[in-house]
Amino acid sequence: MTGAPLLHVEHLTMRFGGLVAVDNLSFEAREAAITAVIGPNGAGKTTVFNCLTGFYPPTVGRLTLTRGGEAGFQLERMEGHRIAREAGIARTFQNIRLFPQMSVLENLMVAQHAELMRASVFSVAGLLGLPGYRAAARGAIDRARLWLDRIGLTERADDDAGNLPYGDQRRLEIARAMCARPALLCLDEPAAGLNARETAGLNALLLEIRETERIGILLIEHDMSVVMGISDHIVVLDYGRKIAEGKPAAMRDNPDVIRAYLGQEHGEAPPC
Amino acid sequence: MTTAATDRETPPFAAAAREAALTAAVALALTGPMIGLHAASQATGLVIETRWPEVAIAVALVFLGRFLLALLGRAFVWPVLAAGLAVAGGGLFVPFPNALLKAVCVAGGLIVALRAALMLVRPRMTAAARAKPALAARWVAPAAGAAMTAFALLLPVMPFADRQLLDLATLVVIYILLGWGLNIVVGLAGLLDLGYVAFYAVGAYSFALLAQYFAFSFWEALPLAGLFAAMFGVLLGFPVLRLRGDYLAIVTLGFGEMIRIVLTNWVALTRGPNGISGIPKPSFFGAPFARSPPEGTEAFHQIFDLAFSPMHRVIFLYYVALTLALLANVFILRIRTLPIGRAWEALREDEIACRALGLNPTSIKLSAFSLGAMFGGIAGCVFAARQSFISPESFSFIESAIILAIVVLGGMGSQIGVVCAAVLLIGLPEWFRELQDYRMLAFGGLMVMIMVWRPRGLLSHRDPTVRLPAARETPP
Repeated sequence: MTGAPLLHVEHLTMRFGGLVAVDNLSFEAREAAITAVIGPNGAGKTTVFNCLTGFYPPTVGRLTLTRGGEAGFQLERMEGHRIAREAGIARTFQNIRLFPQMSVLENLMVAQHAELMRASVFSVAGLLGLPGYRAAARGAIDRARLWLDRIGLTERADDDAGNLPYGDQRRLEIARAMCARPALLCLDEPAAGLNARETAGLNALLLEIRETERIGILLIEHDMSVVMGISDHIVVLDYGRKIAEGKPAAMRDNPDVIRAYLGQEHGEAPPC
Repeated sequence: MTTAATDRETPPFAAAAREAALTAAVALALTGPMIGLHAASQATGLVIETRWPEVAIAVALVFLGRFLLALLGRAFVWPVLAAGLAVAGGGLFVPFPNALLKAVCVAGGLIVALRAALMLVRPRMTAAARAKPALAARWVAPAAGAAMTAFALLLPVMPFADRQLLDLATLVVIYILLGWGLNIVVGLAGLLDLGYVAFYAVGAYSFALLAQYFAFSFWEALPLAGLFAAMFGVLLGFPVLRLRGDYLAIVTLGFGEMIRIVLTNWVALTRGPNGISGIPKPSFFGAPFARSPPEGTEAFHQIFDLAFSPMHRVIFLYYVALTLALLANVFILRIRTLPIGRAWEALREDEIACRALGLNPTSIKLSAFSLGAMFGGIAGCVFAARQSFISPESFSFIESAIILAIVVLGGMGSQIGVVCAAVLLIGLPEWFRELQDYRMLAFGGLMVMIMVWRPRGLLSHRDPTVRLPAARETPP
């Protein structure tokens, strides 16, 4: 079911002064697969994301993204906006980062900036309203409409994104990331703050993305119903170190994982 | 304030009168010494003059205003509306000993009438607005824009349009152009720029120096002025790319002052504080506006077989400024709907999200800075042509503040809002020159009022740049 290897993380280490947030982490994410990164709070999950998307330059390590067998992108040497545009990594944020005063549709159009910008030829073709640009703009709207239909927000396309309910904002952020046509979608706690019904909807959406788009999904999540329900592969972090990885069923029974993260002695509910 | 209990006991007029009398007593205590006693210097030395009539009028106005507002609070809406209009109208014709009191009387009457009118309109408006707010806003803005454009185009042929008014209108249009330019930087891209006047200065000095040293005409210098200003925009943009908010404001403030200080001190080039005079006026496609044109050229009035009139030049300059402003408006309205315009707004909303979506903040900020600066430069070029004389004094910090005030008061990102604010902040103060001493007071008062009532600017409504079209039938 899962495709070719997409992302290689090798010996990734991130130090902030004396603090080692991520320590010698290596793992792999594949195309058309959902890879979950889990771990207790402060285990360094979001730091991994920030290194991947160029927000921090990693202290040590190689991050290689290989699209369809081409020569890979060395992410650790690229600026954040180039990682997003050229390598094709799109992400969402733990605390939602939409453009709140812009409409839902505009949010999705901004995600297609690079293509539209190319079509508008330094805005000249756009200013003159040349057919090439108009076709590109129509295509972008069609793509936005496709994703609006998938997340069920077509009716609210012209409303300000900031006025949407919380769950809709989460889904819109995922749709916005998808409009950027990524090869790898990084989701930072997409189920945070969602109720059970919305979480089930999120699971369905992510599975649909995996099946129809065949892209890699990297997921940070605390909600075990999401992690165990949809991931193909799980990487478990604790204090910045990988303590285990494997299939969901194997992780559920792994004693190290239970001790570090799922353990009852912390008062957390056992999985599923 | 009277309580509800006393309201029931006393008739409403008496209660309102008592409230007004109380306010008037406070006003008397304040105005007595402040207005009533005036230290005047005479040949014999400093003497104290009394101005009791003014005090009486001021107290009466306070009483009247408070009385009407108190009645408004007791639901006498129609009588108060009529009374407010009557006071405002009466104030125009009744002689006052002092122009300021007249202004207070007229403005006060209008404010009371406005409040009464709002009370009448508001319940209906909210119901209507709730029904279809977006739809109303969608045709109101274009309609208002078209009406304003028509008025601006017809202004020179209106009966009341004299030379002074047209000159003032040209200045207002220049400020509208500046406001629109700054609106790109502040309103759309969200970069607080306190040194915008620098680009205005660069544009004006580009034209002045090119004309002085290389005998460039207005039309030859205009694109260069825009280009130079845009280059300075990039120049300023580079060092401040990492800064946001307050830090950016401070650096741009410094940049604005730097330009002014360089212009003042580089005497060899700019003639320093003496300024540059004799800047040529724009010609009509090569035909000058002169009574006796130089050998070999035909003047405007000769081509069209008109009697020479100095008004032609004023009207033409007004139309030049207006055309440039309208072009700028079309340009900005269009570019707002293009990817680059949306990227500016996205950058204002969330820079980190922009980066995560592959937008390059550097190039987006630089494009906003340089385009905004370009309009500043074009406005500066027109300004230099209007004045024929420029000196560094015209480009002090207060100009930046006024342009920023136009943008903020108008409503960030709103094109029509900028027009309203420019007319309000540039046009009205020039018109009421007699009250010059109170200009800054009125300016500040106006700002406070707008910040209290409309903290997001006069016209803060934002229309999406793109709407989802109705679903098309997909071809089979």
